[in-house]
Amino acid sequence: MLANIKQSKPAAYAGMAIFAVVLAVLPFVMGATLGNTWVRNLDLAMLYIMLALGLNIVVGYAGLLDLGYIAFYAVGAYVYALLNSPHLVPMLSGTGFEWLLHMPLLVVLPLAALLAGIFGVLLGSPTLKLRGDYLAIVTLGFGEIVRLFMNNLDRPINITNGPQGVNLIEPVSLFGHKFSQAITVFGIEFRSVHLYYYLFLALALLIIVVSIRLQSSRIGRAWVAIREDEIAAQAMGINTRNVKLLAFAMGASFGGVSGAMFASFQGFVSPESFILMESIVVLAMVVLGGMGHIPGVILGAVLLFLTPEVLRDVVNPLQDKLIGERLVNPENLRMLLFGIALIFVMLVRPEGLWPSKQRKAEFHEDDDLKAKDAEKEAAHG
Amino acid sequence: MDIFIQQLINGLVVGSIYALIALGYTMVYGILQLINFAHGEIVMMGAMITISAVSILSGSGVNLPGPLLVVAGLLVSIPITMLLGFTIERVAYRPLRKAPRLAPLITAIGISIVLQQVAVLIWKNNPRSFPDLLPHASHDFMGAVITDLQILIVVLALVVMGGLLIMVEKTKLGRAMRAVSMNQSVASLMGVNINYVISMTFVIGSALGAVAGVMVGANYGLAYPTMGFMIGLKAFTAAVLGGIGNLAGAVAGGLLLGIIESVGAGYLGPITGGVLGSHYQDIFAFMVLILVLVFRPSGLLGERVAERA
Amino acid sequence: MTLARYSLIATAVLALAACGKQEEAPAPDAAGAPAAAAPAGDEVIKIGHAAPLTGNIAHLGKDNENGVRLAIEELNAEGVEIGGKKVKFEMISEDDQADPKTATTVAQRFVDAKVAGVIGHLNSGTTIPSSKLYSDAGIPQISPSATNPQYTLQGFKTAYRVIANDVAQGGALGEFAATNLKAKKVAIIDDRTAYGQGLADEFEKAAKAKGVEVVGREFTTNQATDFMAILTTIKGKKPDVIFYGGMDAQAGPLTQQLKKLGIAAKVIGGDGFQTGEYIKLAGDNAEGQFASQPGMPKDKMPGFADFDKKYKAKFNTDIQIYAPFTYDATRLMVEAMKRAGSADPAKYLPELAKTDYQGVTGPIKFDEKGDIVGGQVTVYQVKAGKWEAVATVGSPAAAPAAAAAPAEQPKQ
Repeated sequence: MLANIKQSKPAAYAGMAIFAVVLAVLPFVMGATLGNTWVRNLDLAMLYIMLALGLNIVVGYAGLLDLGYIAFYAVGAYVYALLNSPHLVPMLSGTGFEWLLHMPLLVVLPLAALLAGIFGVLLGSPTLKLRGDYLAIVTLGFGEIVRLFMNNLDRPINITNGPQGVNLIEPVSLFGHKFSQAITVFGIEFRSVHLYYYLFLALALLIIVVSIRLQSSRIGRAWVAIREDEIAAQAMGINTRNVKLLAFAMGASFGGVSGAMFASFQGFVSPESFILMESIVVLAMVVLGGMGHIPGVILGAVLLFLTPEVLRDVVNPLQDKLIGERLVNPENLRMLLFGIALIFVMLVRPEGLWPSKQRKAEFHEDDDLKAKDAEKEAAHG
Repeated sequence: MDIFIQQLINGLVVGSIYALIALGYTMVYGILQLINFAHGEIVMMGAMITISAVSILSGSGVNLPGPLLVVAGLLVSIPITMLLGFTIERVAYRPLRKAPRLAPLITAIGISIVLQQVAVLIWKNNPRSFPDLLPHASHDFMGAVITDLQILIVVLALVVMGGLLIMVEKTKLGRAMRAVSMNQSVASLMGVNINYVISMTFVIGSALGAVAGVMVGANYGLAYPTMGFMIGLKAFTAAVLGGIGNLAGAVAGGLLLGIIESVGAGYLGPITGGVLGSHYQDIFAFMVLILVLVFRPSGLLGERVAERA
Repeated sequence: MTLARYSLIATAVLALAACGKQEEAPAPDAAGAPAAAAPAGDEVIKIGHAAPLTGNIAHLGKDNENGVRLAIEELNAEGVEIGGKKVKFEMISEDDQADPKTATTVAQRFVDAKVAGVIGHLNSGTTIPSSKLYSDAGIPQISPSATNPQYTLQGFKTAYRVIANDVAQGGALGEFAATNLKAKKVAIIDDRTAYGQGLADEFEKAAKAKGVEVVGREFTTNQATDFMAILTTIKGKKPDVIFYGGMDAQAGPLTQQLKKLGIAAKVIGGDGFQTGEYIKLAGDNAEGQFASQPGMPKDKMPGFADFDKKYKAKFNTDIQIYAPFTYDATRLMVEAMKRAGSADPAKYLPELAKTDYQGVTGPIKFDEKGDIVGGQVTVYQVKAGKWEAVATVGSPAAAPAAAAAPAEQPKQ
């Protein structure tokens, strides 16, 4: 890492500066040109980036196929929702636990991450011995179990408010300012969507930095070792159990942070936001972009998040014009495209759209050999 | 008491449906060690195509007795699902036979989504009612009720299992299947055409899937494009419960899961004072799945095999 | 790769994206042009409409949209003056896909477009999360069809609805079961969705209040097809009436399986299965079962015959369910603007609260929460393969109908 920076220090710093400026003004450029709807989309895209990066740790780094990842998102969302809405007030008042409610963001966020992480370990520990497809099915079941409990824990004691969901969730409040209100600084009006953008951006950057640091760390290399050959990794002295659990916990805690932010942003959570399809969508983001490669995963998240938005703006008007009737549903097309993308990527480009060099090389080892063989033959001939 | 017997019968019928579908999962797994996620969607396709075929037939004035009409519908849907099964294996699984195990699993999910969405495109999202063609007169059994169709489903699950067992044990194809499931490369050295055997497995599994789909549709009176997922998952659980790769195990697992669900939904509420009840019906299957995989991954009837990487 | 190099690449990508965006930019501006160009002609007032226009219930969404369109075209033809100025109305219709997340995006679009008011959304699950955005922006919202009580319980001054909520519907059904069906014991099943569970809870409250014993409460899901286990449990408790809170796709097979088990109890439920689809799915077993629909029966609505004629002439299709409600909602919103002499939400909102409007669907007044006062609920029964109104419960005006119903009952 250091070597690289030394080689192109000025260019790199300039790039970083430009990048920072672009990110800083992006919501205003978008707001001015395409309307605040797109700033809102930007915010949501940021949430998906966080989610995808979290899943990337489990699937991309450690090679554990998790089909119930959305459960951690749900845990984070419900932690934030329950602690920042009127829902639990009657239950907690007079019990001495009122302090639980309305904790500052800097307490709630780590709490959401921690709880989601604990759920990650809970899921991880019984499944440690399982591999590949069994693990996938068990995680899928786990995701559904979490959703079903959220849907049903309104009786006999009403904890989650069941299918009705939790409403009236308070927006994030930082430095005494509520994010639902606009704020004017230096004559620029920052609206709610803008404030959330900067908050999500900061969190996403934090997650990116953690991901990058993890990748080249001892743990990161242990994950890769497990992914490539678990038995060999164990033989090399890696404590596979702890390292795997750590992958689950880390991935889950990113999901938890993202979920908490989703709850505050949306102001309403209900179990129907956490169905299996959401898990698959996030998985598709990671797979399509390039498992284990951070920029690839970000690209995947942005691409797949934008497809339905673009489809909506293209498919419906097109149908209205051509046949005057809406035969095809963009949501339907979107899922169809996701399915095709999953198949296509696995068959044609298993390393994803934007893979890391190392990963690409691994997937194309045979190609090199073949090329060398061909060269040899050519030389001999 | 009659309530308890009724619950057992309910479980038996649902379990037989799971068993029919589980046979398809278990066949493929036995040979390829691959979870064919798309099998639930094949079941759905079988039901939907049969409904369409039957409605076209009866719409065009063909006057057949109900059961024959269903058979005619099956004659349309079975070849189509066979072709689907064959194509899925050829396109999505075969190129990845040597790839890491994650890869075919992801394409399987992809295929499953694609089939489901194609079905939505063709039939829309609304449920289709399954015409009332099969006999369903009720019989009284010790105070409980069972219909002709339900008896047919239970018998069919057993017959299909028996047929498959005979095929695997006695026929040449069956021997080849067993050989491939034990060791692909050795089997191929012995002159077994591996690709043919695997394709045939998918074709037979898919045909069974179509039959299962029709039984589901007829029993509940409806079919819809998203029906395959949940029932597929539960059938898979049944296959795991019985010992995946084991045909008799799939049926045993199916019946057991069906009974666990029915009795659980019926009696867990009163036992736990309403804390757990029928709202957790879907959780039973997942709980069973997790418990079996953690404590006895080989299932009830499966042999303990070394984990393959 | 290093952080620095990521930044470089990302910068390039973003710069490209930004360029792309700038090129696209004129489009929305063009769309907003009529409003900007208003001084030349009449002032244009934009009214938003949101409903699922694609997916499962697209036909209902389209129906809602048609109701708004009809109202707006009539208003434009009539020539409305607000505050002494001639105005034109424009509908901006958006597809919320019946999905909460999409709904909030749509709501943001409306806020961006500075609409004067919103008619929608169709589902409770979309109406509730979006209502927060409208409330923050101060834009009045009238839902024609969201029946979840929570919607108006959030304390938003901008949230209104022109249909009886689930409290009214569940209550009416409970009353109907107790007085008209003379049920002593009921069993309740719900599908664990916001709609089904909410309605079932209200029914349970109302039935208990009337002294009916609730002998069983069972659950299923909105994906289920097998109800034998829970129905067997219920069979053992011998109820007179089984209430199902959920949609037709489950109510159909549920009714079939009920008959299979030889349960004689009647099925009763809400608007989720008061549909033709239910009759198709349940087959002959649908005969004699009950389900309700908020509002008066169509043939009893004061202005329905006239509205039906106009609607059919214009759209060449039948009214589904809520078109008369969206039509009324649009018209009464404009009435409030007229009274206030302004289309500015802040100015006409107080007038909207004071609404006393004689609509196609009947008289409309709002209570302090924004719910319709005395919203009615009609109970229908399947007779000879068709839904027929048997009783209207809920409003003083409809009391004679409710009282008359028991007399009809024994004949069935």
